[in-house]
Amino acid sequence: MESVKVLDAKGLACPMPIVKTRKAIQEINAGEILEVHATDKGAKSDLAAWAKSGGHELLKDTQEGDVLKFWIKKA
Amino acid sequence: MSMKAMNSKEVANKVVNKEELFILDVRNEGDFEDWKIEGENFAYLNTPYFDLLDGVEGIMDKLPKEKDILVVCAKEGSSVMVAEMLSEAGLDVSYLEGGMKAWSEHMEPVKVGELSGGGELYQFVRLGKGCLSYMVISNGEAAIIDATRMTDIFTSFAEEAGVTIKHVFDTHLHADHISGGRKIAQATGATYWLPPKDASEVTYEYQALEDGNEVKIGDTIITIHALYSPGHTIGSTSFVVDEKYLMSGDILFIDSIGRPDLAGLAEDWVGDLRDTLYKRYRELSDDLVVLPAHFMIIDELNDDGSVAEKLGTLFTYNHGLNIEDEAEFRSMVTENLPPQPNAYQEIRETNMGKLTPDEEKQREMEIGPNRCAVR
Repeated sequence: MESVKVLDAKGLACPMPIVKTRKAIQEINAGEILEVHATDKGAKSDLAAWAKSGGHELLKDTQEGDVLKFWIKKA
Repeated sequence: MSMKAMNSKEVANKVVNKEELFILDVRNEGDFEDWKIEGENFAYLNTPYFDLLDGVEGIMDKLPKEKDILVVCAKEGSSVMVAEMLSEAGLDVSYLEGGMKAWSEHMEPVKVGELSGGGELYQFVRLGKGCLSYMVISNGEAAIIDATRMTDIFTSFAEEAGVTIKHVFDTHLHADHISGGRKIAQATGATYWLPPKDASEVTYEYQALEDGNEVKIGDTIITIHALYSPGHTIGSTSFVVDEKYLMSGDILFIDSIGRPDLAGLAEDWVGDLRDTLYKRYRELSDDLVVLPAHFMIIDELNDDGSVAEKLGTLFTYNHGLNIEDEAEFRSMVTENLPPQPNAYQEIRETNMGKLTPDEEKQREMEIGPNRCAVR
């Protein structure tokens, strides 16, 4: 999956992963994909809910070790 | 204006005293619908923190001016952020220290009765999750029943009371929370008892708890009498303490009864559940005070914050004890059941000793309500 930007939010606690994701997505164009790496377990349900409320599409999420990875397509 | 921290103990007091509180829950909607802080006179607004990053103007007119406002999130971080914004906007607000994580772990000890010969019986009410644990104290000795994983609460309570923990019991293999029984037994040298029929897969040594076992606490003063009462699990065992109290585990609650499906055998165990509730328990004295291992709704709390009711009263008012038709009973406890507790299989395996998750993982597994009952 081709992301135009990768946000490293590892080690950050809630609410920072969402605060940073929100900022990062403002910096890309509609239809482009942002990749987010986080370690806060709460990020999973929060990112999904946040993306939904903003109309963005959470294309995929995976877990590699402790790192959660998300691919979000900007609305 | 100002922002301050409110801890779980202060919130617990508001629940028990039926005080008013306005809760602004900033977790996402799914988490809020699944599980929140319950209080008879609490009012709520759920707006996820990520919808407030641009400002709180949109919710200002939904917040009361005359009530205390508590901002709540999962672990504290987001609630501090939102509380700061509200305080800058001119409100006096509090945030919940440690978030729902701390709330889930908080326990309030409530004295539920005097026992013969100067003994005392305490109920530990875990308001956030609806779990109830017990400590029987007599003549310098103590027994603990259905301990949670917050074992410090029990060991420090025993220390302050100047008693030695001699016996630790689990009424059954729990599926909704991680038992602290084995850990307390290891730390204190107490005997850990578990019903053998629930322990067929456990990886550790335990003392088999069987029907008719009698354990004395203190100088042969308090007797704990085990009563085999299957249904929620195949090994579920109740206790009659001092011939006055019936600890019913997850078989009988105040306003509901135990569900038989959490070990995957609802159809097989429904008959046992019926026998326990409609035969075994009917042979007991109506005057016994029922002390369950859970409550489901805040209405089940008495005015002093305890959860207890006479068996005779439950035979009259508890719907689950008043279903004449066996087929109807069967369908109520096997069909249309509420969702199962979060991570219940992993929790069972942890209680068997097969999994050893770290503390953070244990917390995460226990998130949410207990869901051990059917109404």
